[in-house]
Amino acid sequence: MDNLIQQLLNGITWGSIYALIALGYTMVYGVLRLINFAHGEVYMMGAMTGYYTARALGLATEPSLGGLALVLVTSMLACGLLGAVIERVAYRPLRGAGRLAPLITAIGVSLFLQNTGQLVFGADPKFFPALLRSEEVWRSGDVAVSNIQLTVLVTAVVLMAGLEFIVQRTRFGRAMRAVSYDAPAAALMGVPVDRVITGTFVLGSMLAAAAGILVGLSNPKIEPLMGLMPGLKAFVAAVLGGIGSVPGAMVGGLLLGVIETLVTGYLSSTYRDAIAFVILVLILLYRPTGLFGQPQTEKV
Amino acid sequence: MRGASRAAAFAACTAFAAAAALGALACGGGPASDAIPVGHVASMTGDTATFGRSADAGIRMAIEELNGAGGVLGKKLELITEDDRSVTEEARTAAQKLLQRDHVVALLGEVASSRSLAAAPEAQRAKVPMISPGSTNPKVTEVGDYIFRACFIDPFQGAVMAKFALGELKAKRLAILFDFKQDYSVGLADFFRDTVKKNGGEIVADERYTSGDIEFRAQLTTIRAANPDAIFVPGYYTELGLIAKQARELGINVPLLGGDGWDSEKTLEIGGDAVEGYYFSTHYAADSDDPHVQEFVKRFTAKNGATPDAMAALGYDAAGILADSLKRAGSTDGPKLRDAIAATKDFAGVTGKITIDENRNARKDAVVLQIRGGKFHYYRTVSAE
Repeated sequence: MDNLIQQLLNGITWGSIYALIALGYTMVYGVLRLINFAHGEVYMMGAMTGYYTARALGLATEPSLGGLALVLVTSMLACGLLGAVIERVAYRPLRGAGRLAPLITAIGVSLFLQNTGQLVFGADPKFFPALLRSEEVWRSGDVAVSNIQLTVLVTAVVLMAGLEFIVQRTRFGRAMRAVSYDAPAAALMGVPVDRVITGTFVLGSMLAAAAGILVGLSNPKIEPLMGLMPGLKAFVAAVLGGIGSVPGAMVGGLLLGVIETLVTGYLSSTYRDAIAFVILVLILLYRPTGLFGQPQTEKV
Repeated sequence: MRGASRAAAFAACTAFAAAAALGALACGGGPASDAIPVGHVASMTGDTATFGRSADAGIRMAIEELNGAGGVLGKKLELITEDDRSVTEEARTAAQKLLQRDHVVALLGEVASSRSLAAAPEAQRAKVPMISPGSTNPKVTEVGDYIFRACFIDPFQGAVMAKFALGELKAKRLAILFDFKQDYSVGLADFFRDTVKKNGGEIVADERYTSGDIEFRAQLTTIRAANPDAIFVPGYYTELGLIAKQARELGINVPLLGGDGWDSEKTLEIGGDAVEGYYFSTHYAADSDDPHVQEFVKRFTAKNGATPDAMAALGYDAAGILADSLKRAGSTDGPKLRDAIAATKDFAGVTGKITIDENRNARKDAVVLQIRGGKFHYYRTVSAE
């Protein structure tokens, strides 16, 4: 029993990373109907920014929560800016060009960032400085919670709550929901659609950056191609939850993390990567709208 | 029409530029005519970059010393290193480049067994001898009669660590966590498992991961539930560092054991406190009191600013065996050189006395190192007999 609880805990921690990345996919899809395949690379850039910030500030030598928060905020700001630039340079010129062109552009941006990453940071893996000294904070029987797992979970929850607040309670959130519901009508009502779209990219990219820092904290190996697999998995998580749905991305991410962990723990790690794609196929076959997605009726 | 001619002109320019670039590469990559070209397939970047870089530094030092002493067969040796980025498929391409473009007389490398297995068929087909400094999986030299190695093999290394766990650590319940994408790790896990079972031990958990994974908590939780006395992790250093950290976080306090895949200063950098007290088997100990080893360590450190790890020492020895064989063969001809390497007997290397056996493997002792105070320390020697 303790074992199962520990595995669920491992899974939720791991899944909260997927959830943070999946939110970016789902929000951008909500406002633009675009799968932003460069999103995994924003997550990579987040981890890299954190790595260089921590080293530049000399935070690696004295682990502290304050240092971690500083790195987190710096990286989120940098990636928010990166998200805005990507949207402005790669996607805005293609607004109104159908859905295929931006999709292909997204893949192009993804490849561009991967290869620029290899050029600038080098292909070698880097090891994220230990911003927290690992220690056990809670134990009951065989269930152990480390401060690192706790930090990842708490940070993810706070960020998701913050996002939910922005989406539901602020002017910007209302504009975002309006654009997502019907962009032309929102534009006619005076909603600055382009600015809302940029804002959505900024928010999504900030969450991806946070995911990058949290991975650096709990699984401290980072490299320029690290965004590839988590990017795809988070996409699966977003589809699982119902793409376009914010709570769906959260639940989808957590669920995928838990499923992967249970499959690895109780079956074999051989199936770890396969399971995500099996889920994708099943969802698309039997419930294409995902867990939280609303079925859309085609307008004639 | 105008557009078309412009496109044609552009295409012509591109083709010209590409041809010029290729020409430059061919000229730049080729050996000087009076030197003997030797190829090195190495992971200079990527997940196991320290293996390639260390082996390359060792080989370079050996070749510089040989050239300084007048070279071999009246000529100097020239080393051409080709990076495979720690990717299995790339090792094959790298070997092809060295064989076909540079016409090397021998290949040195790879360290990782999966990558040596990818490169070896190319050397065998071209009838150019290949000496792997550090690939310990038995299958590597089984590829053909042109493939050699300068190190011991995994049946021995696996048995060494199994007996060490049972005898020295008095561990009866053992767990294994191995990388099923690496022939090295799979082989070592197999031989460890067999030896433990034959000697009255018990394998209580047998888990696997994939190279490149960063999350191991699921497997470690399963291992923890089986309550082992020690855990054998025969993988490479990158994953090991992460595994050790996550194991400590989950409150696993039993020792982790490993093989020569741990032998890199990165193990200490990534693992930090989490790898303290753990043991692994490898080819040589830099803190051994053997004067031959001490002399090597002194010269290597002076040149490279770092203590040589096992791969550096093996690279040095592999290049030494090659040079010695070239002298005895009196020729750079593939079959003659092959026969000379096969006849290597009691070559005095820094990783021990090397004799190539009938299966083209080196019979040598293994050492067990312990990680203490953020350093590797010699613990004991296990004889090959």
